[in-house]
Amino acid sequence: MTDSTVLFDAPGPRGRRLIAIGNVVGVLVVVGGLAVVVRAFAENGQLDGALWSPLLTADAWKNFYLPGLVSTLEAAAASIALALLFGLVFGLGRLASSRWVRAASGTVVEFFRAVPVLLMMIFFSLFFAYNGVFQSQYIPFFAVVVSLMLYNGSVIAELVRSGVHNLPRGQREAGLAIGLTTGQSLRTVEVPQALSAMLPALLSQLVVALKDSALGYAIGYTELLQQSRRLGAAHGNILQSLLVAAVIFVIVNYTLTTLAQRVRRRRRHHHADGGEPGAAGGIVGATPPPIPAPAR
Amino acid sequence: MRTLGSDSGFGELFKQYDVLGAFWVNIQLTLWSALFALVIGTVLALFRISPVGSLRWAGTAYVTVFRNTPLTIIMVFLTLGVWAQLHVTLSDDLQKNFFRLAIVGLSVYTASFVCEAIRSGVNTVPVGQAEAARAIGLTFLPAARIVILPQAFRGSVAPLGSTLIALTKNSTVASVVGVSTETSSLMKNMLEFNSSLLVAIFLTFAIGYVILVIPVGFATTALSRRLAVQR
Repeated sequence: MTDSTVLFDAPGPRGRRLIAIGNVVGVLVVVGGLAVVVRAFAENGQLDGALWSPLLTADAWKNFYLPGLVSTLEAAAASIALALLFGLVFGLGRLASSRWVRAASGTVVEFFRAVPVLLMMIFFSLFFAYNGVFQSQYIPFFAVVVSLMLYNGSVIAELVRSGVHNLPRGQREAGLAIGLTTGQSLRTVEVPQALSAMLPALLSQLVVALKDSALGYAIGYTELLQQSRRLGAAHGNILQSLLVAAVIFVIVNYTLTTLAQRVRRRRRHHHADGGEPGAAGGIVGATPPPIPAPAR
Repeated sequence: MRTLGSDSGFGELFKQYDVLGAFWVNIQLTLWSALFALVIGTVLALFRISPVGSLRWAGTAYVTVFRNTPLTIIMVFLTLGVWAQLHVTLSDDLQKNFFRLAIVGLSVYTASFVCEAIRSGVNTVPVGQAEAARAIGLTFLPAARIVILPQAFRGSVAPLGSTLIALTKNSTVASVVGVSTETSSLMKNMLEFNSSLLVAIFLTFAIGYVILVIPVGFATTALSRRLAVQR
């Protein structure tokens, strides 16, 4: 099934012929494009087996790719865990009854969503270095994690807020009716529902953090990109080693994206069946919070 | 790393360094990349919604690859791989060459997000609209032109806006390609030589981006609200 149903009817004989011609043209264009790339590689001697074989050795994987991937995953996981905390605090802050708390949280969230992550990483790495906060070998790691926490945490804060806003009004009213204060109703009734709707969005945010952790390359964090560059420098095959690193990134991120989609679909099914307690009461109508396009 | 050079006053810094010029470089990078990304992304979106299987496959493959690859690796690949190894040169002037390579990297990366934004706009159009168009006798092209695409465009304004914001911030990654005049390179330079003004310098650049990015957000939200199709 494709989502082209809006635009196209089931094709008739003439339409089918046109589609067949289009298919042939499409294949030719793709193959032609690939041929240009392969020729550029061949002309510059980049298809030479001696340049590719070092990438298949145990040394390449044990000393470069795998440690690099582990560092990338560590930074992404740590920053998303902290970002969840940050997002909860400031998301709740944006929903607080005090106007000042709301304004302060809003300013923090909007600020960190607007500042490029690379600028934050450069700032924090120098800030930590001048102030001697961490031992020097840990500085790049913490600069990466803190920057990613601030950015992704701000995005998550927005998810928390929109998740709560998308709940039916009756949820809060019911909470107040049984004698909860607004804060209690928020914490025990509204936010838990918003959070469970956020799971797919959190996985998407993990992909964003994984991709952004590659910015650590610019401040000397030895993640996957940095390691593959070192490997390439050692064997004089930088082009090939970077390609392999890109493939690893695509595989990891694609797996996570697919997982997020599956979770999203399952939640929707779950709700459509009315299988969840209270689903009939209108939570069904609560659309999951809109997923902002991953920013990177 | 620890360079305790001549720590001059905060005001002096702006005479010494061209902060506005650096922002102008990022704005130029953003605008050029937005233009190319819009063109490539629209073509990809057309591929992905076409009834032609091979084109659909090609569009999907492109989006899957470029959405899941970090921008940084694309940029590094362009300099160390495409330029240094495959000898693809975009200008004889080294700085101009790096500038153009950065635009290429930003464009091919952002195009995948533009494609998805446009596609999500098409997805907001209910099937009933197409059926109604057919029912009053419109053939494919008029139906697409008069009924479906105008609604699809309105639906994609908001996601296109957030893509533009992301692109503006991503333009700082051009420093990885060797564009040394843009904001992140200049900020790093300033921070290293003025350690006593660390926070002030960072805030200056950060607020510069807030000023650059937040109006875009407001504008696209307002625009998408005004253009929203009442259903």
